[in-house]
This record gives sequence, C-alpha cells and structure tokens, in this order.
Amino acid sequence: MTGAQIFIEALKKEKVEVIFGYPGGQVLPIFDKLYDSGLHFILTRHEQGAAHAADGYARATGKTGVCIATSGPGATNLTTGIANAYMDSIPMVAFTGQVKSFLIGNDAFQEADITGITRPITKHNYLVKDVKDLACVIKEAFHIASTGRPGPVVVDIPSDIQMADTNFEYPNVCNIRSYNPTLKGHPGQIKKAAKAISQAKKPIIYAGGGVIISEASEELNRLAEKIKAPVTTTLMGLGGFNQRSELSLGMLGMHGTAYANHAIMGSDLIIAVGARFDDRVTGRLDAFAPHAQIIHIDIDPSSISKNIKVHIPIVGDAKNILRELIDEIKKVPDTSHWLGTVKGWKEKYPLRYSNNTDKIKPQYVIEKICEITKGQAIICTEVGQNQMWAAQYYTYTKPRTFISSGGLGTMGFGLPAAMGVKSGCPDKIVFDIAGDGSIQMNIQELMTCVAEKLNVKIAILNNGYLGMVRQWQELFYKKRYSQTTLVNPDFVKLAEAYGAKGIRVSKKEEVEKAIVQAIEIDNVVMIDFIVEPEENVFPMVPAGEAINSMIEGLA
Amino acid sequence: MRHTISVLVENKFGVLARIAGLFSARGFNIDSLAVGETQDPAVSCMTIVVNAEDERILEQIKKQLHKLIDIITVIDLTKKEFFERELVLVKVSLDKSNKANLEKIAHKFNAEILHSDKESAIIEAALEEKNIEEFLSVLKEFGIKQLVRTGKIAIPK
Repeated sequence: MTGAQIFIEALKKEKVEVIFGYPGGQVLPIFDKLYDSGLHFILTRHEQGAAHAADGYARATGKTGVCIATSGPGATNLTTGIANAYMDSIPMVAFTGQVKSFLIGNDAFQEADITGITRPITKHNYLVKDVKDLACVIKEAFHIASTGRPGPVVVDIPSDIQMADTNFEYPNVCNIRSYNPTLKGHPGQIKKAAKAISQAKKPIIYAGGGVIISEASEELNRLAEKIKAPVTTTLMGLGGFNQRSELSLGMLGMHGTAYANHAIMGSDLIIAVGARFDDRVTGRLDAFAPHAQIIHIDIDPSSISKNIKVHIPIVGDAKNILRELIDEIKKVPDTSHWLGTVKGWKEKYPLRYSNNTDKIKPQYVIEKICEITKGQAIICTEVGQNQMWAAQYYTYTKPRTFISSGGLGTMGFGLPAAMGVKSGCPDKIVFDIAGDGSIQMNIQELMTCVAEKLNVKIAILNNGYLGMVRQWQELFYKKRYSQTTLVNPDFVKLAEAYGAKGIRVSKKEEVEKAIVQAIEIDNVVMIDFIVEPEENVFPMVPAGEAINSMIEGLA
Repeated sequence: MRHTISVLVENKFGVLARIAGLFSARGFNIDSLAVGETQDPAVSCMTIVVNAEDERILEQIKKQLHKLIDIITVIDLTKKEFFERELVLVKVSLDKSNKANLEKIAHKFNAEILHSDKESAIIEAALEEKNIEEFLSVLKEFGIKQLVRTGKIAIPK
C-alpha cells in the first residue's frame, strides 16, 4: 500500500468524518487517493480557513478536527489556525505535504520547515521520513491530540513518502513511554480540597475551558448546587455552567461582569477548575483575590502556580476529580450570608447598556438573537467588541455552544469556525457574531459555506471601526483614531455575489424581523446591522489594574 | 542560581531543538549542554546547566520540559548529591623553559599532555566545574591559544 493509501485508511480507522483542506503540488498523491475514498472533504478557499474550520468542528463536537494543506505556503497559511488551536487546547491533527525527502533543506520549490515553524505552537509534531512509520505516526498524532490537555499535532509527509510502498498495519493501541497524562486526582489533595470547602465562608467557583473539554459541565453544576457557591467562568468556560442558574455570575475578567469581579476579589476560597489564571482574568497579579485560598484543578501540571500561587493543586481530569470531590464533601458550608452579598453586587452593578435610543445598539442585537433562538443556537464569534458583547449578552446554558478564539484572539476565526461547527452539527442554528473588520479577514470562506450548503448565519455588528482598538484609543490615546476607521464594501451585495443572502438592517424595529428571516431562509445569510458607531464594551478593567477597579461607563 | 538538570530523552531528531526552544523562547541562556547515548541506544541523556535569575521561570521550564512528548524524565540535580565532570582541551604556548612546569601542572590536575612541539602543547583534563576554573587560571600564564570544553555531564549518587 502506498503512503497516500495508508493516510486514507488510517483516517478511516480514526473515524474521521470530515477533512478541511486545500490541494497543492506536494499533496497530489494524497488528493488522488481522496478522490474516490468516500471521505467527506470540504475544500476551503484558504488554508487558514481549513485550520479554523477543523478547530471549530472540534470545539462543537468534541472530536478531533482534521485539516490538510500542501508544503510551503499551504503549510504556513495553516499556522495561525494551529497556534489558535494550541492556545485554546483544541484537539486537531494538521497534515502537510512536504517536498521530497532528498530535497529537504535544499530550498526546493514551495519548501518550508513546517515542523520547525510549528514547534512552539503544537503539542507535538512529526516529519515522516520512512513510509513504514506513517501508520504509527498517524495513530500517535490522533492519540496525542485528543488526550490529556488536548492540542494540535502536525504531521509533515514528504511527497515521495506518500508514493512509497509498504505493508499497512494500523496499531490498535498507542504506547508512548514518555507520554502518560495524569487523569485521576490525588486522593489526599481531594480530601484537603473538600476540607477547605467545608470550612469556607465565601467560596467561589472559577471555571474555564477545561470543564468543557473534559465534559465536566454536569459535575460542575452539581458541585455548585451542593455547596451553594456562585460560579464565574472565563470566556472559554462559557456554557460550562448554566447561566440561568441563580448561582451564575457570568464571565469574569477584563470585560467580565462587575459582580463576578467583586465576588472573586472578596472570596475566601477560589475553586479553579480547568482555568489557567490568564492575565485577562486576573488583572494586576499582586492585587488578585488577596484573601482567598486557592484550589486548582487542572490536567496540566505546568498550569499550576504559573501566574498565581496555588494552595491546593489537584492535577488530573476535571470530570473525574469533580465527581470524587462532590462525594468527599461531607459538610456543606453555610454560604447564605455570602450569597446575599453577591446578590447585592448583582443588583448594584448589573450588566447594562443604555438602549434609550433609535440607533441599533450591538448589545440589543445579541439579546434579540438570544431571545429568538431561545438560547439554543451555537454562537461563534470573531475577535474584538463583537466577541465581548456575544460573551456578555447571550445566555449560555450548555457546553459547546460558545465558540470563540480565546487565547490567541484571532480576528477572522469566526466565519471558518462557524463553517466547521455547522458541518459537525448540521441540525443546529449556527451564528457567527462578527465585526465589520474581522469578517473581512476570512471572507473568502463565505464561498465555501455556500458551495457546501453550510448555512451559517452571519450577524455583522457594523460600526465602521475596528471597534475594540478604537475603544482603547478613545480611552487611553486621546481619541486619536489611528488606522481604525474602515471603508467597507457593501456587505449585502458582497453576500449576494457569493450566492448567499444579504440583509441590511439600519432601523431598530427591523432587527427582530431580520433575525427571524435569516433563520428561516435556507441559505447562508449575512445580516449587516448598522450599529451605534462609538459604542464601547463595559465594564472594562484597564490593563494592569486590579480587576475590581472597573470603568463602568454607561453611554 | 546555577542549576544542573539531567534530562532523559528519546534518541530522535528534533528533540534537541524542542528543548532548546523552551529555553530560548523565554530568553534563558543555556550555560552548557552535553548530549550522549545512554546504555539504551534509543535513549539519550542531556545534561543542561542554566543560571536561573528567576526561579519561577525555571520551574515553568522544567514543567514544560516534562510536557514535551519525547522527554522521558527531568531531574534537577541541584538539590541532590551528584558527581560532575567536564572535559577540556587546551592549547597553550610552550617553550623549552616552561615544559617541566606544564608537566607539574598536568600531574597536579590529573591532566594529560596529548601533544607538544616547539611552540605549543595540547593538554586534556576532566574536572569538576570549580577545578576547571583553577586549572585554566594556572594555564593562563602560558598563554591559552585555544580552549574547547564539552559542557558538564553529571550523574546522581
């Protein structure tokens, strides 16, 4: 069997449902075998789109996303998507073609050292130098990508290896002696944590993307109910805790709710689950939660005490640990007084915006999308103000319903990610909440959506600015709007040129109708909401400040 | 503080680059690094010496090293008892008058004169870090023409 055939058979063994990619010279043997392989292939219009689509697919389904590109520029175009998946711990395997083995290092046409380039942005990577290793490498790549703390793995296959012959034998198990992620939490540490929880007066749960990755959402909700602790999540953790619960405080951090930030700062015990104390969450480190003892549950030992000193670390899988922790807690703390205080903050500092205007407020658009979809849609976002409003004003109740570029903050992520989401969840309503800036960063994927009938609904919050950067310029750079004013295309005509449906909404009373219509139309729909141009995202913690020193602002 | 870290790795291409990358990405200079096969030819041992100004960053690097797929174990020998050696080859200037003196020094440091001619001599020594400095300072008076060091290797008790 040739290397290319082995590639096909291995992907079938891994039960890969869909591959996103783009052909080219050094992957021709593989694409020839793909032609009649029966594998579902989605031809994107740019390799970056393929990587983000595989990433979005993985986030929505929990399965490993797969993308493929040719050598050189094809491979380098994948890198933003790979880095994005790496920062958010997304299981993904990216295959790249490479120039023939004997040409490697000779500056051959379309050659790039992609294993070298992707070393710091992958969980692991491989350059296959012998066709006999190929099956085993693919097996290992899927194993590594999807276990422990997941992440992207790159497999670089020279074209002569794709054409070389060998016997195909796919290994059943994967034994990598140096790779054994800790899954079970240390019982002694769990006991300690249970004791600390029993003794706490002002506990708070701080949950991150790890809850969603380990499918620990149900356990998280149970823990919160059992110990009656309020729950705040990171951006990546949205959906991990039911926001309709009284205990939900929404998101914390730079653009988190004021009450979540006050609550974490005032707490005496933080139970961190699958979160990594990112700088957007902690604000000024030495001022963060000064009175709190910290329990940190995380599968990655290198996340423990990285930014903030942790008192009770528990390394392992969040789902396993939460289950054991719930059973271990014999005495439930009395938090009624604490919950009263938190409720006071909720009433005093609600998440709010002024809607007392004829203009369309972007927050209003998000609220209407939430209302009309009954909170049941999968919301993808681009990066910037659109992302923060989508995080703040949609009510998330289930995991894998908020798909956003958290760690890397990649503009242009939303549309291709939404495409990947829709391919994995065809029965769901999938929205991409976009800005007029970021939608143009991977606009070419509109064609892929139309061609593949991946009917995503795009809501552009069009303010004519690179809004988040403009907001910083307004607040910290004396309103000197350097290169943040955009001249935009006619998005309705643009959508139609691609064969999608375009709707422009410039009046507030048309917002609802347009959303309903967009959902009903059996096509890709792009709604161009002309929103208040200088609306800001509030609350906001200025960079380097403690997270309870928020700019409230009410425009 | 100077740390001596012993790392067992899979003997594969690219592993050294992965390890070096973790240090360089954080602006850490590696003082010395020695790599060689172990009793198992599939496993290599790397002895890395770093001077950590920020212990927290080094702690991070050690955890990150552990995370690399091709790394089997990471041991920071600094707080353990261990033996260390570094091999140095030194070419010094030589004339008739000081040859006897060089032989005396070689004897003192358990070093060997590998070669000598009218103008120079090459001398080899395997020493502990602190003795190397002394050895080199003694040789300075001859005039060091060239110096090559292997980097430290270490083994715990």
